[in-house]
Order: sequence, then C-alpha cells, then structure tokens
Amino acid sequence: MRKTPTMVAVAFWSLWVSLGHLGCGTARDERTVISFWALGSEGDKVRGMVMEFERTHPGISVELQQIPWTAAHEKLLTAYAGDATPDLCHLGNTWISEFVLLRALEPLDDRISRSTVLERDDFFPGVLASNVIDSAVYGIPWYVDTRVLFYRSDLLAEVGYPAGPKTWDEVITICQALQTGGHAIRYPFFFPTNEWVPAVILGVQCGSGLLREDATYGDFRGPAFRRGFDLLISFYRKGYTPVGLTEVLNRYHAFAEGYYAMYITGPWNIGEFQQRLPREMQGRWMTAPLPTADSLFPGQSLALGASLVVFRESPHKEEAWKLVEFLSTREHQLEFYKSTGNLPSRISAWDDEALASNAYVRAFRRQLDRVEPLPRVPEWEQIAMKLQYQLELAAAGELSVDETLASVDEAVDRILEKRRWVKRQAQEP
Amino acid sequence: MKRSLQGPDAVRYAAYLFLAPAVGAIALFFVVPVLAALVMSFTDFDIYSLADLTMLRFVGLRNYAELMDNPLFWKALGNTFYFVLVGGPLSVAVSLGAALLVNARLARFKSFFRTLYFLPVVTTLVAVAVIWRYFYHPRFGLLNYLLSFVGISPIDWLGDPVWAMPAIIVLAIWKSFGYNMLIFVAGLQNIPDQLYEAARIDGAGAIQAFRQITIPMLAPTSVFIVIITMIGYFQLFAEPYVMTQGGPLYSTFSIVMLMYDQGFRWWDMGYAAAVAFVLFFVILAGTMIQLRIQRVAMT
Repeated sequence: MRKTPTMVAVAFWSLWVSLGHLGCGTARDERTVISFWALGSEGDKVRGMVMEFERTHPGISVELQQIPWTAAHEKLLTAYAGDATPDLCHLGNTWISEFVLLRALEPLDDRISRSTVLERDDFFPGVLASNVIDSAVYGIPWYVDTRVLFYRSDLLAEVGYPAGPKTWDEVITICQALQTGGHAIRYPFFFPTNEWVPAVILGVQCGSGLLREDATYGDFRGPAFRRGFDLLISFYRKGYTPVGLTEVLNRYHAFAEGYYAMYITGPWNIGEFQQRLPREMQGRWMTAPLPTADSLFPGQSLALGASLVVFRESPHKEEAWKLVEFLSTREHQLEFYKSTGNLPSRISAWDDEALASNAYVRAFRRQLDRVEPLPRVPEWEQIAMKLQYQLELAAAGELSVDETLASVDEAVDRILEKRRWVKRQAQEP
Repeated sequence: MKRSLQGPDAVRYAAYLFLAPAVGAIALFFVVPVLAALVMSFTDFDIYSLADLTMLRFVGLRNYAELMDNPLFWKALGNTFYFVLVGGPLSVAVSLGAALLVNARLARFKSFFRTLYFLPVVTTLVAVAVIWRYFYHPRFGLLNYLLSFVGISPIDWLGDPVWAMPAIIVLAIWKSFGYNMLIFVAGLQNIPDQLYEAARIDGAGAIQAFRQITIPMLAPTSVFIVIITMIGYFQLFAEPYVMTQGGPLYSTFSIVMLMYDQGFRWWDMGYAAAVAFVLFFVILAGTMIQLRIQRVAMT
C-alpha cells in the first residue's frame, strides 16, 4: 500500500508531460481559434463541413462542441451569465428574442449587405422574419422547419381525397367518411395532446396574433384564437382524435396499421416515416400543405427552424462570420440537406435535383411560402408550455373551452407581467 | 510571548485557529450562497434582470404565494412524497436484507458480494439509465420478456403515467441500496457475538434473536440511515431527469425538477429559490418528525 502514492505521482507526472507536449503543439499553431456550439445531431453531421472550412481557411481553426438539444438552452444561458459564450452557435428561431434581450447577439445587417455570398431575398421571408427583432437581423437561417400534413394517401383516396384536404371543412368530411363504412379508422386525425403546435397553427389560421398590446398580454380568449381552438377541441369531442396520450404509443406503427390517417408534423418525419414504416406502406402515404381555415390554400403554418448567430462578446467576429457564410452557401446547404434531411433555408437551393425530385419535400416547399413567425418574446416557450398544459386538460374534457382559454390568458398575463413593467420603465425615464 | 501560549485561552485560540479553514470554507461556500438564495427568493430575478440589474424588483412573498397557487407545484410535491414514502422504506428494507445476507455466517465470498452490491452506487447514473431504458423497453425490454412467462401483457414502464413512478423507484433503490447496506454491515459487525450466544443458550430462535438483539442493537445505525435516505430521496432529480424528463404527463416530475426548470430553463431564479426554501422546510419537518418518532420508539 505504501507504494500507491508514488505510483499515483508517476501517473500524474507522465500525464502532465504528455499534456505538456500537446500544449506545445497547439502553442506553435498561430491560427485563430473560434468556438462553434452545434446543437443536437447536427453537431455531429456538420463536422465534415467544418473540416473543409479549416482546409479552405488556413488561418482559422474551429473548435466544434456538440450540445444536446435538451440541455442547450440552460447551457447557453449559463454561458451568458458566466461570460463564456462561444463565438458562434446555432439557435432555435424561438430563442433568438431571448438572447437579443440579453444583448448577447451581434446584429448582422451590415455584414449581410456587405456579403458577396448571402442575399436577403434568397431566404424565405417568413423564416427570415423570425430572426428580426426591432428591425435588426440577428440570425442567418441555417435550416428551415415548418409543419405540414402527413397522411395515408391510400385511405384518403378511398374517400375521394387522394391529394389531401384543402380546407378544414374537407378534413371533417374525410374524418366522418373514414370512421363510417368499411374503413373503420379508429381515429382519422392524430392531434397529440402534448403538442401545442396544432393549437397555435389553428389560432393563427383563424387570424389570431396570439398576444396583444405589443405582446404584453395573452390574446387566447380573443375570438380568433377561440375559433381555432373550438375547431381543435371538436376533434376530441367527436372522437376523431385520441384523448389519451398512451393510445398511440408508437406513431409509426399506428400510422402503418391505419389506427390514424392524418398527422401534422415536421420535416424530420420524412426520414423517419421512410425508415420506420414497413416496406408495403411506402407509396401509401404522402405529405400535403396544411388545409386552410380561409379560402387561400395552403393555410398558414409556423416559421420554425434554426439560425446561425454570432455572439456580441466574441473577439473573433470576422472569423465566425466567415464560417456562417461558408455554411450558408447553396452548395453547403445542399450537402447539409443530404446528410441530415434538414431543409435548406435558401430558396435557390430548392431548385436542386435532390430536393425537386423528392415528392415528400414538395409540400414543404409550397408551405414555406405561407408561414408565420411565432411571437418574438423571450417568454414564448413558457407561454407555449402553459398552453400545452391547459390543452391536455381541455382535451380530456376536464375544462370547457372558455375556462381553458381564460386560464391560459391568466397564466400568460402573469408570465408577461415583467415585460409590461419593463416596457413601462422604458417609457418613463 | 511564552505566557500567551499557555493556559486555557491559548488552547481556545489554537482550537479556533485549527477550525478556521473549515469554518471559513463552510461560510464562503455554504452560508453565503444560502443567504443569497434566501434574499433572491424575495426578488423577481429573471432573464430581464440578468440583462440589466436595474430590472430587479423586491417582491416580498409573491414568489411563495404564486408557488402555492401553481398546480404543478402540488403535483410535484405529491410525486416527491410518493417517491419518499414508498421508495424510502423499501430502500431501507432492501439494504437491511442485503446486509444480513452478506453478513450471514453461512455466506461465502462475502467481500465479493459486498463489492457487487456496491457497484451500482459508484456507476454513473447516465450509463445506468441507458441500460435500464432497455430493461424497461415496452417491446424489447428484458422485464416485459420475463413477465410474459407469467402471462403479464407488456407494460410501457416509462411511458405509462401509472407505471413510470414505480419504475423510477425500482431503479433508484437498485442504484442506492449498496451504500446503506455497507453501513448496516458495519452496524451488524458491532453487535457482540456473546449476545447471540447467550440468546442461543437461553433457547431463542433465529427470528427471536433478530427481533430482540439485531433490531435494537441496530437502532442508532437505522436512525442515521432512515434520515439520510429520506433527505436524499426528497431531492429526487437525476433519475427522472435522465429517464423520463418528468413525464409522462408530469407523473415523475419532482420538486427539484420544478426548481431546475424554473431556474435554469426559464431563468426565473427568484421563483426557483423560493422552491428551494420550501423544499428545505419540508425536509426539515420530515427530519424532525423522524427524530421524534425514533426517540419515542427508543424510550
């Protein structure tokens, strides 16, 4: 036993020496090091492109750090509080307003207008708008995400809608037809009770701004959101969609066996549906732009996705910006699409054969011409969670629509109390 | 000079001097942060205050009042009590059982089993969680496979709001019983053999010896273990965080998760600090009750 300390010392010594060698290696390197935090699996997929960037930009070395989505928000806020933000990062669009409020992000308008690579008009307007706070651009859309309708084309063809419904009235007609006759679809439409997105989409389609008075109060009780919410709840009441979350344990399995026939979801599910549905199911499902609540097809969907941002505290903004530009070229956006399935944010990239030939992607292209950004307030995610929590109660029939929306507004007004106070402070100096 | 080093005063100063580093560290890293958190719980420290400190307001007891108004708080409190009241006693019982087994006269390879049972304690939870997620998997999981032999249809252990908490409890017990087992083993080894010998001569059976000798002689150890276990179990966080993220339908959402969500997800630090102090008082009350019960039981 007496030998142990010596052995530990030897081990530490050799570790120290080897670390020292590594240290010397990087010390001789005179490249500028920029840190890039990439969230989720994208962090892994972007590695090859980052290496190519280092090859073509010999003066810059990129320190790529992969952060899981579930911990990203906490990690970024903590980094801000501890003055340890990276040089660049990619953020969910809905987080941008929060980091702008913290004055953590660099406004990019000047750089965009000087850029020879980026053109403002080549981004989907609705998606770019979600990066604009008080008329300054803070993020460059990297990939876009919106929600469309995934449906069983074979089943919908049987009831006369092979191309999918164009309006919500048609959706109701399809639901009725699928539940009766020989089809016996248990639940024609799948609205999971733990997703707030469909409720917000229906509200937006009915003309709701979600928040009112400069986004300082909730507007969920307002007539527009109410109309959309009534429509959504009617699906639960009429038995067109399952009330309990556990009724659909495996969405892919349930979709394949015809337990449900329509579902609103995002681009990542193209790949999932192709992989997880049994082979005989391929060719029997399709995507379509969202049905509309007014007369203009398609109906609005949400402008989601992720953007590349440069941090204000970064000492290497020029180098970080070069990487942003590099990742935003048409070629690299396409390369990224091929490796991840993430949809490119540049309109011109969509002309490429890889996207144009994919029938499932076509609905997304059409949908992206009619997308709305979510309210750009830092509290949005908290508001969405409240809405989701109340939606579960309303779907289960524990609360009426009036009670639900009143308590959503009450909770939202409470969340936004600080925002109102801050706005008032700003007005009276 | 020499005089100052003599006498009771000198001894006292020397004692203070030796205590100073420890007391200093506790004050700096424990007392100060706790007081700061207490002050923070009366403010609305949030994302706006993080951006600009002049946006900080003192709000008195509002955080506490809102907490009492929050249905999610009551849900989390209920879940935490469920975990403590069901998982705590089970955990102590399993530890005691395991301690008796590895300490039994007949047992062979004692230190091997002791090490084996202690392994989960020192294994990182994330690695454990990966394995247990497979174990609990509704379709490919070992548990459902075993249950199928006795005719029980598959259960979605982590996806069903009814079963998620029991699944977390089983995992938590498995993960932690080895630690308490070691303390129980130490307690068992402190019981003099003469007592058992005397009992045997007087004609006592194994069960009688266990009830009349082992249990009373283990009382001080048990008090320690019960209280430490309860305090630990009230702070349920890591297991649901890695296994279920508090779901499904908030059925495994605990008080500490509420605190984490409010503090680090929404950066509502004032509110999170209020949650922390409520939990502190709950644990304090629980400990007092435990001590009272055990004092009554021992007299």
